[in-house]
Amino acid sequence: MSNDAKTVSEAYESGLTGASERVAEFHEKDSPLKRLQHWLHTTPSAVPMIVLLLALLFFGFATSNFFKAGTLSTILQQIAIVGILGCAQTLVVLTAGIDLSVGAIAVFSSVLMGQFTFRYGIPAPLSIILGLGLGTLMGAMNGFLIARIKLPPFIVTLGTWQILLAANFIYSANETIRSSDIEAQAPALRFWGNDIVFFADAAVKNSGVKVLYAVFLMIVLVAVMAYVLRHTAWGRHVYATGDDPQAAALAGVPTGRVLIQVYALAGLFCAIAGWVMIGRFGSVSPTASTGQLGNIQSITAVVIGGISLFGGRGSIIGMFFGALIVGVFEMGLRLIGTDPQWTFFLIGVLIILAVAVDQWIRKASA
Amino acid sequence: MTTEPILKARGLVKRYGKVTALDECDFDLMPGEILAVIGDNGAGKSSLIKAISGAILPDDGKIWLEGRDVIFRNPIEAREAGIETVYQTLAMSPALSIADNMFMGRELRKPGFIGKYFRKLDRPAMEKFAREKLNELGLMTIQNINQAVETLSGGQRQGVAVARAAAFGSKVVILDEPTAALGVKESRRVLELIRDVRKRGIPIILISHNMPHVFEIADRIHIHRLGRRLCVIRPQDYTMSDAVAFMTGAKLPEGVTEAA
Repeated sequence: MSNDAKTVSEAYESGLTGASERVAEFHEKDSPLKRLQHWLHTTPSAVPMIVLLLALLFFGFATSNFFKAGTLSTILQQIAIVGILGCAQTLVVLTAGIDLSVGAIAVFSSVLMGQFTFRYGIPAPLSIILGLGLGTLMGAMNGFLIARIKLPPFIVTLGTWQILLAANFIYSANETIRSSDIEAQAPALRFWGNDIVFFADAAVKNSGVKVLYAVFLMIVLVAVMAYVLRHTAWGRHVYATGDDPQAAALAGVPTGRVLIQVYALAGLFCAIAGWVMIGRFGSVSPTASTGQLGNIQSITAVVIGGISLFGGRGSIIGMFFGALIVGVFEMGLRLIGTDPQWTFFLIGVLIILAVAVDQWIRKASA
Repeated sequence: MTTEPILKARGLVKRYGKVTALDECDFDLMPGEILAVIGDNGAGKSSLIKAISGAILPDDGKIWLEGRDVIFRNPIEAREAGIETVYQTLAMSPALSIADNMFMGRELRKPGFIGKYFRKLDRPAMEKFAREKLNELGLMTIQNINQAVETLSGGQRQGVAVARAAAFGSKVVILDEPTAALGVKESRRVLELIRDVRKRGIPIILISHNMPHVFEIADRIHIHRLGRRLCVIRPQDYTMSDAVAFMTGAKLPEGVTEAA
């Protein structure tokens, strides 16, 4: 009875002799539906892209003047701010969080930039840098409360949304800085409102297609973030943190630090959106609707863009398509001449559909 | 025995509220050995392993690695010291690819300008390495190294996790229930892999409930009971039923008196 272990394990495994030597292999999934599911699983921005193409086709046929450069550039112009806020929201949602304070940070940052310039006489470029820095700080505060104090993101940002928006009204004393003053004294503030004109006809005044700098900025930011999220270690850590924070921490990802960085970067993007707002609207207004609507619009873009609210899944390109879908619906339905409420009606349907598709795709793992 | 333990712990204490998970626990791992840790549920095996791998910080006690006093405040510090752990939960991100998971927290960057200033990952190198390690393990024939981990079966996931630890563990590899989720054939492969890792001179700590596996592969068996080390036995000297009796308190090994 000295050692029966070897004999025991040999005994119960002796039944294996002659059994197939093949071990767990991968098999191609045959059914086309399964394959579609798998493809969507690996290409999360495909669904919004398909919806966008269908919407473009539909409105292209339904209205005669939809496929005009002017119409398309107007759509891009209208989604510029939402697109930049969406970059912030994408980062946060990828970590399985939510940021309800994006609009408030954007408005407060724009007010800070304006007031620093006009109240204290700080040169506009320096005010802008200060505004961007303070926006980042507001985001970092969210991140600190979430990662270190371990409060739920929904609650933290619900709180900071109210706090920052109120602070914004108190600090600015509800004062709007007029666009004529900005134009005359601080053109740097409205930098992103400048435009490049394409296809201009020299003989005709106001001809050609105007594209705001803000549109280029949004596209560049989306492209940069797509690269960072996909091709850098930090980007992979953002996904891992959102996917399964415990697993990520055990695998060596500093999840707390990643969360704070994500919220701080989101704050920076919001502040950039605040700067763009000055260019887009011309004036600095503490009552800009972005403070309230920015959250919902950015979350809508993210959800329609196929980014999972459970974290770790989706791509920022999807968010960009999501924002475009909203813009295309708004413009297309206006050109058709329907009641504008139909836009919101259809966007509501799209949100529910997008989440349903997300759930279905997630089953590919099962 | 004259050789010094490569990993040694004395008087480890960990309390969770009123529960004492580790009660003045000692631990020794000799160079090049496979040490199995067995114990009943709730005996504190997991807490012991977590303390050694940096997942928890013990309230009291000391740990030495190769004779040097070490404190691991988190798993990353333990990993940097050369202690690699496969957790029972596997610690993998389901939505990410096999290659991404293997390199999580120690990604390779492209050489030169692109890697330094754009911090671009060296995906081809990472994929090649991951493929090699999985092939070495022989646990699976992977067609697509970029497949998300969640599309793998339980056994395949385990294989990836073991391959990750074996690939990077330089001083100690800790395996927490590596065969619990596996089929008979896959278990056999993992046991072979454990022997391979030992052949390379790396000692292994194996936590397992599977007595035949433990008795077959371990050089020594650390029996954990009531938050401390009850005894260390050699599998040649005792039977499996003895070990189970020690572990559950039905019997006491010679020369050991149970603390009240």
